[in-house]
Amino acid sequence: MSYLGYPDFFEPYIKKVEATRPARVEMRKKGEEFPFMTLDERQEILKYHPDYKEEGRREIKVGPSKGYRVAHEFVDLLEARSRVDPDRVNLSEPDYEADVLIIGGGGAATIAALIAEEAGARVLMATKLRHGDANTMMAEGGIQAATKSEKDSPYYHYLDVIGGGHFRNDPDIVASFVRQAPEALQWLESLGVMFSKLPDGRLDAMHGGGTCRKRMHYCADLSGMEIMRTVRDEARNRPNITVLEFSPAVELILNEHGQCAGALLYNMETEEYLVARARAVILATGGAGRLHVQGFMTTNHYGATADGLVIGYRAGVPLAFMHTVQYHPTGVVFPEQIEGWLITERFRAEGSDVLNVHGEKFVNEREPRDVESARFIKECLDGKGVPTPAGKVGVWLDSPMLDILHGAGRVRTAFVGKWNVYDRLGIDISRAPMLVYPTLHYQNGGLKNNAECETAVPGLYVAGEVTGGLHGENRLMGNSLMDIVVFGRIAARNAAAFAREKAAEGMLTLDHVERYHKELEEAGVETDRVSPILLPDYTRPEVREKRLSAVRPGTKR
Amino acid sequence: MIVEEKKSDRAQAAGKEPEQSAVKLIPVYVMGKRYEVPEGFTIMKAMEYAGYRFIRGCGCRGGTCGACGTVYRKPGDYKIQVALACQKTVEPDMYITQMPFFPVNRASYEFSDLTSAPEEVFKLYPELFRCVACNACSKACPQGVEVMDAIAALKRGDISEAARLSFECIQCGLCTSRCFGELAQYHMFQLARRIYGARILVRAEHLADMVKAVDQGKYDGILNELKNMKEDELKELYKQREVEPVSAGENWQPEDTRYL
Repeated sequence: MSYLGYPDFFEPYIKKVEATRPARVEMRKKGEEFPFMTLDERQEILKYHPDYKEEGRREIKVGPSKGYRVAHEFVDLLEARSRVDPDRVNLSEPDYEADVLIIGGGGAATIAALIAEEAGARVLMATKLRHGDANTMMAEGGIQAATKSEKDSPYYHYLDVIGGGHFRNDPDIVASFVRQAPEALQWLESLGVMFSKLPDGRLDAMHGGGTCRKRMHYCADLSGMEIMRTVRDEARNRPNITVLEFSPAVELILNEHGQCAGALLYNMETEEYLVARARAVILATGGAGRLHVQGFMTTNHYGATADGLVIGYRAGVPLAFMHTVQYHPTGVVFPEQIEGWLITERFRAEGSDVLNVHGEKFVNEREPRDVESARFIKECLDGKGVPTPAGKVGVWLDSPMLDILHGAGRVRTAFVGKWNVYDRLGIDISRAPMLVYPTLHYQNGGLKNNAECETAVPGLYVAGEVTGGLHGENRLMGNSLMDIVVFGRIAARNAAAFAREKAAEGMLTLDHVERYHKELEEAGVETDRVSPILLPDYTRPEVREKRLSAVRPGTKR
Repeated sequence: MIVEEKKSDRAQAAGKEPEQSAVKLIPVYVMGKRYEVPEGFTIMKAMEYAGYRFIRGCGCRGGTCGACGTVYRKPGDYKIQVALACQKTVEPDMYITQMPFFPVNRASYEFSDLTSAPEEVFKLYPELFRCVACNACSKACPQGVEVMDAIAALKRGDISEAARLSFECIQCGLCTSRCFGELAQYHMFQLARRIYGARILVRAEHLADMVKAVDQGKYDGILNELKNMKEDELKELYKQREVEPVSAGENWQPEDTRYL
């Protein structure tokens, strides 16, 4: 049966939390804190952060960022062969033609499609899953822009962004971002995005981690979904935007002048490879959480597999800031239905303790995100994590304390979204704690670009999570939703202009893929890996071992 | 095909330690085919355990994208039920099929031409009035949206109420799949929310003012200074930032107004 909605398995562990709770509540009431770490202690603990783990990464042996050390999971994809033999692709008879080809179907891609269409371009969007299947849809928190001139300005937004990114961010990109954020927000308002507002029309705003002013605007706790479904709806109204679903790009196509001039698309259902020719291309394929870097679970969408990173790199675009990956400290470990799901930082801010398997505190719950995550990982490595029936491990987040500290009903009213989701799974988080562990959340870096969304390849533009530079080494909450709007729009304007003014006619080629293959051989990379992988495979190993089809002609599924 | 590995294999396959192999397997029927899957798994994970690798019918895996609408029936029950595969836990002997696509009617429109008049919705979606108020839609909704009430609001011309009631809609289309009147509720709600957001909610004046100030170049000078600043200076400015208190009200103002 169950204990407070958890399977019996957890009963002894939850009882340990309940046993220590009264004393911990007393400690809180007296204002006593678990000590914060000193800067030296932080440095020690950060050795447990996945980013700081040298054995978790290696040098890339080929390509424009040869020698750069990034996570094995990324190198594995970069040191891999194309899904196709480039010689077998017939580039002389394109299956699709467009002025601007947009690869991706999330927020950045859709916003780019709208603006490119308004600039007069015939737009083709090619996306791997359905239009709108993207991390944008899942973003809860909000969207940052300095909008209240009596207390905020792009100056403060700039400092927050660059401080959050450890002062490594690209200054031009950050300046462009903070300057254009207000207008981007106004554009969303004009499309009918239902922002949370005061009765006089003033936008509600709150703090996010690392902000000095409350400039996190939001649409209840479904900001990303509201933005995504609104821009998608508008795209569906535009006759000059064509969307190809279940058709990811597996290579970029260049022309004989070295310009990006299309992509090779893969119809995932018929397994055909199809040629899309375009006068400019925007890559907006999002992130990479589904690579499960260092075995971490993720908050990301099913399709977040770094496809754009791979094909952009093969075409000659270097990487930027790919040595850092964002892990959020509190992702759900159990129940498995919502595994990897984000539990907002506000639970800790309001006074929920973080506890080990003995029901003991081991860390102040308001350390910086990377430090907090690293400390959780250490506790579990030390054998003091709470096990789950599926063999995973986590730490407790003692949410019921909030009802004791702030009055009955606090959890249910202040965290209604989370309360509802757990309630549907039979758990009342105002009575039972939540089991959490750090979860892979965001790709801080990506393909190197400039403030005009240009890359090393003429005619190839990038926008959104696939890019690297804006967030430096660490993104702040609320800046990714604004990223896709500001840079989706800039990429679109520039791509449309390139298509109009600079794109040259010329033979299409996949020679860069041939060259990449040769470089792999010369570097001694012997592998049967192919990339992009397009989708993760969550079938169980016993099934995979019995898939014995010898060769799939033409392709590797 | 019946899955017939040894018990210990199954346990390991589910990522479990051998000593915890007490996990119970239960039979489910995926499109009529029997598989044994671990109790407590979602339909989505159970299908993956059985060997399905999804192309369609799988998205955010967290109940917010609407990709994995699923139809099922339990033994001895006449009733067809619907759920999201990533949220619904398997039950013994349930018959499952996914519904990864459902053809619906979506009206195209020029958004800039729309007003906030109720007739805008009536014109684009005349089938709205085919609703017979059976409430099958609300019962099907995995989000607990009162779908029928929101449709009723549209019928009486209350766009604002429809927008608010439907705000949590994830557009999975399960309501539509159960609708006697064959309404595409979620497209109607989308229209209502956009009209509400752009034509009914009061526009943010402070936002328009800020946009104007930025356009006039008010912050160009200071942003250029920041762009060219050395890291040490930036760090100093960063540390000196005056932080708006969490508890501050809407009228809070900073002491230092030089960079506003």
